[in-house]
Amino acid sequence: MSVTTASFIDPAAAPLPPPSSFWSRFRRNPVAMTSLLILIAITLTAIFAPEIAPHNPMRSSLRAVLKSPNAMYWLGTDDLGRDVASRLIFASRLSLIASIQALSIALIIGLPLGLISGYAGGWTDIVITRINDAIMSFPALILAVVIVGLMGPSLTNAMTAIGIVYAPRIMRVVRGSTLSVREEVYIMAARATGCSDTRIIVHHVLPNIVGPLLVQSTVLLGHALLAEAGLSFLGLGAQPPQASWGAMLGQAFPYMAQSPVPTIAAGMIISVTVLCFNLLGDGLRDSVGRVRRAGE
Amino acid sequence: MSEAPLLEINNLTVQFPSVHGWLTVVDQVSLTVWRNEIVCVVGESGSGKSVTVQAAVGLSQAKGARVLNGSVRFQGQELVGMSIRQLNRIRGADIGFIFQEPMSSLNPAYTVGEQIAEVVRRHKGAGRDAAWKRAVEMLDRVGIASAATRVKDYPHQFSGGMRQRVMMAMALACEPKLLIADEPTTALDVTIQARMLELLVEFQRDSHMSVLFITHDLGVVAKIASRVVVMYGAQVVEQAPVVTLFRAPRHPYTAGLLEAMPQVALERGHDPVAIPGVVAQAHAWPRGCRFNPRCTLRQDGPCTTDAIPLTSYGDALSRCVLTGTLTAGLARAEAAP
Repeated sequence: MSVTTASFIDPAAAPLPPPSSFWSRFRRNPVAMTSLLILIAITLTAIFAPEIAPHNPMRSSLRAVLKSPNAMYWLGTDDLGRDVASRLIFASRLSLIASIQALSIALIIGLPLGLISGYAGGWTDIVITRINDAIMSFPALILAVVIVGLMGPSLTNAMTAIGIVYAPRIMRVVRGSTLSVREEVYIMAARATGCSDTRIIVHHVLPNIVGPLLVQSTVLLGHALLAEAGLSFLGLGAQPPQASWGAMLGQAFPYMAQSPVPTIAAGMIISVTVLCFNLLGDGLRDSVGRVRRAGE
Repeated sequence: MSEAPLLEINNLTVQFPSVHGWLTVVDQVSLTVWRNEIVCVVGESGSGKSVTVQAAVGLSQAKGARVLNGSVRFQGQELVGMSIRQLNRIRGADIGFIFQEPMSSLNPAYTVGEQIAEVVRRHKGAGRDAAWKRAVEMLDRVGIASAATRVKDYPHQFSGGMRQRVMMAMALACEPKLLIADEPTTALDVTIQARMLELLVEFQRDSHMSVLFITHDLGVVAKIASRVVVMYGAQVVEQAPVVTLFRAPRHPYTAGLLEAMPQVALERGHDPVAIPGVVAQAHAWPRGCRFNPRCTLRQDGPCTTDAIPLTSYGDALSRCVLTGTLTAGLARAEAAP
């Protein structure tokens, strides 16, 4: 008993202060952690699709059209007799890559514009922000439909369109964060040590806005996935025989009365993935906020 | 003092945009820093002391200020109107800067070693290893224990006083000829403040650099300065060698600052006396002497009509029409203890 008491007094054994690093805070968020694990599982499925899929996703069998789920076809077959489960597994590749493609384009456009706009201020900022607001005032999907309409339907065109449509959202977050970082004393200190503006933006502003940027990127990845599904559902994205989740949903939808499972499965996987991206984004947002120490 | 001055600020006028139009926050300020001396600029918040030194090296301009006229010569080179590229070669190399806020002057995204080494690499062209060695050496010199391991720590792992030491290491890493210290000790507690000042004076003595030190603490001035520039309302109101200033202030504002110092008041046998009122705002300076609404010696007429010129009195400069009578009065007061 006395030993236990002693260990309570021993400062080395005192309870640790609440964790303050990003990862230790994030780890304690069960919703965000679950989302992350699901997304990792989906990503692994996409990477190892050929090993996991029970059937060739492209092989149609007219003797097994619109089958209900059974031991051979876990989620049944579609109107051409292709295995829905295998197609969903392979479609995850296309859907994820398409989302990343759209996000990359949004980052390539939005990040530099946001940095320049926020850092330079003045007329540069006013002009960039006004154009940005104009683009943002359009409903995203409709603008994407217009762009795809002009460029012709293909998945690459669809994702380029979505990237362009979402670039202003990245730009806005980056600009906002840059505006506040720009006023920090360490930026003036960097200038006082002879850093050029370019150097200050790349080496001193950018590392300090990574947090909000990461959160926004994660959420946008979800949005891009949803937008890809929407465009593919409408036939503006993935073209047959390519399978993306949205394209599969669009394909299965007319046969919903005879065989509801493919529609539900495609809808479910889209919903779950988008939800996971959003919840992960929320969790990241709660974890990246810099915790200021007392007296700071 | 036969050689050319290291830094010569001449009639510098700086304006900031505001709702009232362009506000003159630095008004025809002239000051000189010779080699191997510590010059203190004192004045209360809003007197324009920080803006003066920041504008001198082009830092205020980045925040929207404009230099209306005046010149800033550093080692004979004109800094006003110099291209940013050229300025960047001087800033951090020949002119080191320390800021008031030790908590936010270091970039949280890099280790302190990376930040010090970055400056050394850029200005001295040192290699990665040499720059890193220099960072460790500098941290050690500013008195950070086990510098070789601490150099890999991030700013948030240091206390305020430690961070100010890091700032100092960074500012001095390239052996500048001029160190501009903008209230470097204000945010620190008294014991750490004293240690920082010792360190600064030690560096100054060893390297023969010059220091332009901004503060509102006359106690600090008494400890380190060789000459003092007193600013009030965007103007220089008095400039004098430190001994002259403390013994016989030429301007009522300086006299008021001294009376407000506990040490001085105690010596003279009274409680510290505060200067009544607050500094006028830059868009509404009073007519005549800018200090007149708060001045106990104010005379309606001479003090309240025309702008007062900065006039030379022996080894000092003062911007007060009553300086002659004031010094006589103070001399009497000192003679009869």
